[in-house]
Amino acid sequence: MQYKDYYAVMGVDKGATQDEIKRAYRRLARKYHPDVSKEADAEKHFKEVGEAYEVLKDPEKRAAYDQLGANWKAGQDFRPPPDWDAGFEFSGGGFTDGDASQYSDFFESLFGQGFGSAFRSSQRGGGGFHAPGQDHHAKVLIDLEDAFHGATRSITLHAPELDPRGHVITRERTLNVRIPKGVRQGQQIRLAGQGAPGIGRGAAGDLYLEIEFRPHPPYRVDGRDIYLDLPVSPWEAALGAKVKLPTPDGVIDLTIPAGSNSGRKLRLKGRGIPAASPGDLYAVLQIALPPADNAKANELYRKMAEELAFNPRAGLGV
Amino acid sequence: MRREEEILVGLLLDEECLLTLGELSRACRVHAEWIVELVEQGIIEPRGDDLRHWRFSGSSLGRVMRVQRLQHDLGVNLAGAALALDLLDEIRTLRNRLSIIDRDL
Repeated sequence: MQYKDYYAVMGVDKGATQDEIKRAYRRLARKYHPDVSKEADAEKHFKEVGEAYEVLKDPEKRAAYDQLGANWKAGQDFRPPPDWDAGFEFSGGGFTDGDASQYSDFFESLFGQGFGSAFRSSQRGGGGFHAPGQDHHAKVLIDLEDAFHGATRSITLHAPELDPRGHVITRERTLNVRIPKGVRQGQQIRLAGQGAPGIGRGAAGDLYLEIEFRPHPPYRVDGRDIYLDLPVSPWEAALGAKVKLPTPDGVIDLTIPAGSNSGRKLRLKGRGIPAASPGDLYAVLQIALPPADNAKANELYRKMAEELAFNPRAGLGV
Repeated sequence: MRREEEILVGLLLDEECLLTLGELSRACRVHAEWIVELVEQGIIEPRGDDLRHWRFSGSSLGRVMRVQRLQHDLGVNLAGAALALDLLDEIRTLRNRLSIIDRDL
């Protein structure tokens, strides 16, 4: 088990006042809150900060933690000294007001014994204590095509659980879940009763699956609409043409109107993600130039330069 | 093994999924009174004229849970949570737009 430097996690020094610790916590909680933060590993950081605060905000726990000594380094192999907490009294308050199973082994070894036992024995059932199980949240990665046709996805979840002896173990379970046609990025699927088991006669929690599309070149998705860059030659854009267009639903023919310019968006109504009011597919034209890498091509470009009176910078007034 | 072959069909929380006040508060494990407060703050908007006919879209459920977390974890009040949710939604829309414009992505 690794030693955790709670002061480093909070970015305060060991002499910080309770007020300084509280301020540091509030700032970091805002920074790493999984609903707010875009940082990578936000959830992991948020839990670390929560655990550090759980110890440092409570003068009793903080004093006990401090007397482990100042020589420990974060990450160092740690074993609590015997009777390390002798002489410290933890006042009630139960395990923590957070979710106990979310804390590290390090925390567990220091603060999980003793006052944790009441919590555990009640979990083993029997007692008069009942509480609903926690909801679980997970992301499910799907392909864009799945939103068009629906799919069944097998999802492996790792959930912390208490074994009969009261140790936190990670249980793995696999669920096969129906992904309905027409789902969009960020939508949630609720599976009632598939969360954590309840305590006593409490009902099980629910499982929420958030839909996330795998990056899917050449497509980009905005709600129900799909965008894709469509390369066209200068003559296709200038003269108009019928070209092939890939869509998540198969290749279709698309008419490029004569006189199209780069960046023009051609809208294909109803070719986006299916629904009662389906999304649209937008082909964004990108004019691709043939390279002037041989005598013939050079000659053609030179001829255009001579015969077409064209100033692409007319709009800039030069 | 038998269980593994079973295919679970969940409830897709989209606009077409409509929840009553009771269903929404049970799913979020909060009192109906608290949901009513969220409606009064304009955080979620039910269809229907009066409490008994209120129907909430599936996306309201995610909003209610986010407000719960923001309140519990960051200590913001309802007005603050409402503001945070609106700004977060706007950021998400803008980020998405940006990824569509940005051709390097």
